[in-house]
Amino acid sequence: MRLKLVPSETNWDFFRLSSVALVASGVAVVASIVLFFVIGLNFGIDFRGGTTIRTEAHSEVDVAAYREALQGLDLGDISITEVFDPTFAADEHVTLVNVQAQDGQESVSAETIAAIEAVLQEVDPTITFPSVESVGPTVSGELVQTAIIAVTLAIAAVLIYIWLRFEWQFSLGAVAALIHDVTLTIGIFCLLQIRFDLAIIAALLTIVGYSLNDTVIVFDRVRENLRKFKKRPLKEVLNLSINDTLSRTVMTSFTTLIALIALFVLGGDVIRGFVFAMIWGIVVGTYSSVFVASAILLRLGVKRDWSKTDGGGASGTQFANIDA
Amino acid sequence: MLNIPLWNRVLIWGLVALGLAFAMPNLFYPRVERHNDAAAAIEAGLATEEEVADDLSGWPGFLPSSLVNLGLDLRGGAHLLAEVQVEDVYATRMDGLWPQVRDALREERDTVGTIRRQDSPSDELHVRISQPDGMTAALAAVRALSQPVSSVTAVGAMTLDIRAEGDVIIVTLSEAERAATDDRTMRQSIEIVRRRVDEVGTREPTIQRQGDRRILIQVPGIGSAEELKRLIGTTAQLTFHPVTGRGSGSDVEAGAREIVLPDVEDEGLLYRLEQSPVLSGEDLTDAQPAFDQNGQPVVTFRLNTAGARTFCDYSQNNVGAPFAIVLDEQVLSAPTIREAICGGSGQISGNFTVEGSTELAVLLRAGALPAEMTFLEERTIGPELGADSIAAGEVAAMVAGIAVLIFMIGSYGLFGVFANIALIINVGLIFGLLSAIGATLTLPGIAGIVLTIGMAVDANVLIFERIREELKTAKGPARAIELGYEKARSAIYDANITTFITAVILYVMGSGPVRGFAITLGLGIITSVFTAIYITRLLILLWFERRRPKKIEV
Repeated sequence: MRLKLVPSETNWDFFRLSSVALVASGVAVVASIVLFFVIGLNFGIDFRGGTTIRTEAHSEVDVAAYREALQGLDLGDISITEVFDPTFAADEHVTLVNVQAQDGQESVSAETIAAIEAVLQEVDPTITFPSVESVGPTVSGELVQTAIIAVTLAIAAVLIYIWLRFEWQFSLGAVAALIHDVTLTIGIFCLLQIRFDLAIIAALLTIVGYSLNDTVIVFDRVRENLRKFKKRPLKEVLNLSINDTLSRTVMTSFTTLIALIALFVLGGDVIRGFVFAMIWGIVVGTYSSVFVASAILLRLGVKRDWSKTDGGGASGTQFANIDA
Repeated sequence: MLNIPLWNRVLIWGLVALGLAFAMPNLFYPRVERHNDAAAAIEAGLATEEEVADDLSGWPGFLPSSLVNLGLDLRGGAHLLAEVQVEDVYATRMDGLWPQVRDALREERDTVGTIRRQDSPSDELHVRISQPDGMTAALAAVRALSQPVSSVTAVGAMTLDIRAEGDVIIVTLSEAERAATDDRTMRQSIEIVRRRVDEVGTREPTIQRQGDRRILIQVPGIGSAEELKRLIGTTAQLTFHPVTGRGSGSDVEAGAREIVLPDVEDEGLLYRLEQSPVLSGEDLTDAQPAFDQNGQPVVTFRLNTAGARTFCDYSQNNVGAPFAIVLDEQVLSAPTIREAICGGSGQISGNFTVEGSTELAVLLRAGALPAEMTFLEERTIGPELGADSIAAGEVAAMVAGIAVLIFMIGSYGLFGVFANIALIINVGLIFGLLSAIGATLTLPGIAGIVLTIGMAVDANVLIFERIREELKTAKGPARAIELGYEKARSAIYDANITTFITAVILYVMGSGPVRGFAITLGLGIITSVFTAIYITRLLILLWFERRRPKKIEV
């Protein structure tokens, strides 16, 4: 009668194809890096500077007409993207007009925006402008910097925390999984050319957190089983631990995905990229906690004598001892 | 065994009740908001209790009334990131210093000879003396003008750096004084921005200093960033000058220490004015829009004591002479003084509209910005877009919530129901906390909550899976439940602490919407651990104590 995503007793060998998985992951990571340098990310104005104007009209959008009208203003690089969304009304036609940062200006001047709005209004009198956002080159440069620092800091903090709580091998495995997840997310954004803005950084960091969540839970079980089965080979212990936690891993990923998919479909176009990053991250993160983090842990090997940490608490039972 | 002490239970339910009480006003958002506005209006003396009785009675005063602030992306409004050109002030300081330096050196005329100000970068003062032999005396005289910096961090430092290059004395502000000046400039700028924004009376503007020289300004409900910029960017510098002549075109030429300024209405009409004003805006204590005897909008003003005395003296000595009221380098009007004005107040008439006089009064009250601002980032979000986002977010959260609830019951039966109750309480607690700390909910923030809905069940899933495992070894239900909680605990803490670390980093490094996401994610982690560990446990316990089942199925 119970809904079961995985059988209650599993004894699958996750390491049978582990080399294949590791190679596949490696290839995917390299491919993402290549994509990043060849195609590059479709940076939003947060990171590139410039202006984004959201337009909304009652009649069908003629992108070519928009472009022609704007060409006359001599604003340099302009891109016009039509936005479709199931939450829009039938006569709601939305586009995003991107204008590059103008020479010698920080945020775009009032006259420029007024000029753009005026020519578009000529093309379509029903047009309105629900949002105008403009970021100067100074700030966008800093935002890139802050974003890189944030992601690096998050990974470093996690490295240290897991090191304290477990052992350095666990820490390396977890961080390899994290880098894998972040790189693959950036790769898919390059591939699909989804706009990469500040919110995506938030999504990336959440992926870091989530992927870690998964990895830590597997590792926690590994630690427990290592103490319990002192003589069994590491590979068996790892396999057992992954099987033990499999039901939970799938359940949690599934519930989180349900929530995110609801948001993806119904949450509107403004946060769709953000939610997409998160969905992707959860799928990849779940995969990586088993096939990257644990696989690396298996290859690095682990210190089997846990007796010291039991008594001394040096590898952190300090949080686990908090009484509920 | 499975026991939780009574005081512990009371504490848990108490916390839940408190959290939910704080969350409750958000269910009645418009009503509570009207109530709060009405209460604020009464407090500010803008309305009487009778006038806003309807709004006020919309929400009982004894209930909590704090609401989650909606971010700009949800409410609509304008966002500006301004950089204050703090160096502007150095130039002003140097210009202000010159008369003092001149006077100090004049007293030493015998040793230093004649003195002359040289052209220099605007943050330096260059003075040439004709007798370079007297440089030592000259430097000593100028050094006497340097004072200890008034700042706690720079004890013992002096305000000026003074050195000689050949026959030129170079005066600059010292490092410490620059830092102190920058800080003052920033605080002054923020204060003025705040006053100007407050004057328009929008709800909950955010005006924050960011870093050394930036100000973040977010004003919900304002039409556009442009409007906001106009409001704060205008330097209303009011001065009163004696008029030495007027005319049009090239026949008005500035003499020594004179300036020529145009009329505000008629560009062709030029006034020749004495350069040093009789009075400036700093002497103003108040300015209000009003109407004159002909029903024309005017601005009345009051002067401080010193200003009143100066104006009184001046007007006494200059009856019959015209003087000009100058605002931002334009002559508003140039009335003739009919009689001595000693009351310390006056009025400015121009061809004002009612809005024009109100705006001028606001600007005059707020004073001038000490330095220019450039805008690095500006965003305008229309209110409809925000409303659409809220609606979409609500629907998504509902659907996500219901799907998760059904799924949990399908997977864990009765225990799933317990987890669901905890989940609902969890969302309530997030809103309660957000309201209590006055945090701002943004669109990514809503995503954070939806994500929390998905992830909040994680702790319970961990526990339930663990209980299932323990049941297999047939230890009896009570023992299995207890072991389940105990063994799942370290995994729950580790998993949530790591996610919490990333939330903290997001909060510290992020800005705007990212920060909003970090807040909901961080709070969500805290509340979900609390609800999963304490609430479901308590619920299971209550059920277990009543039923005493021999066998349980999770």
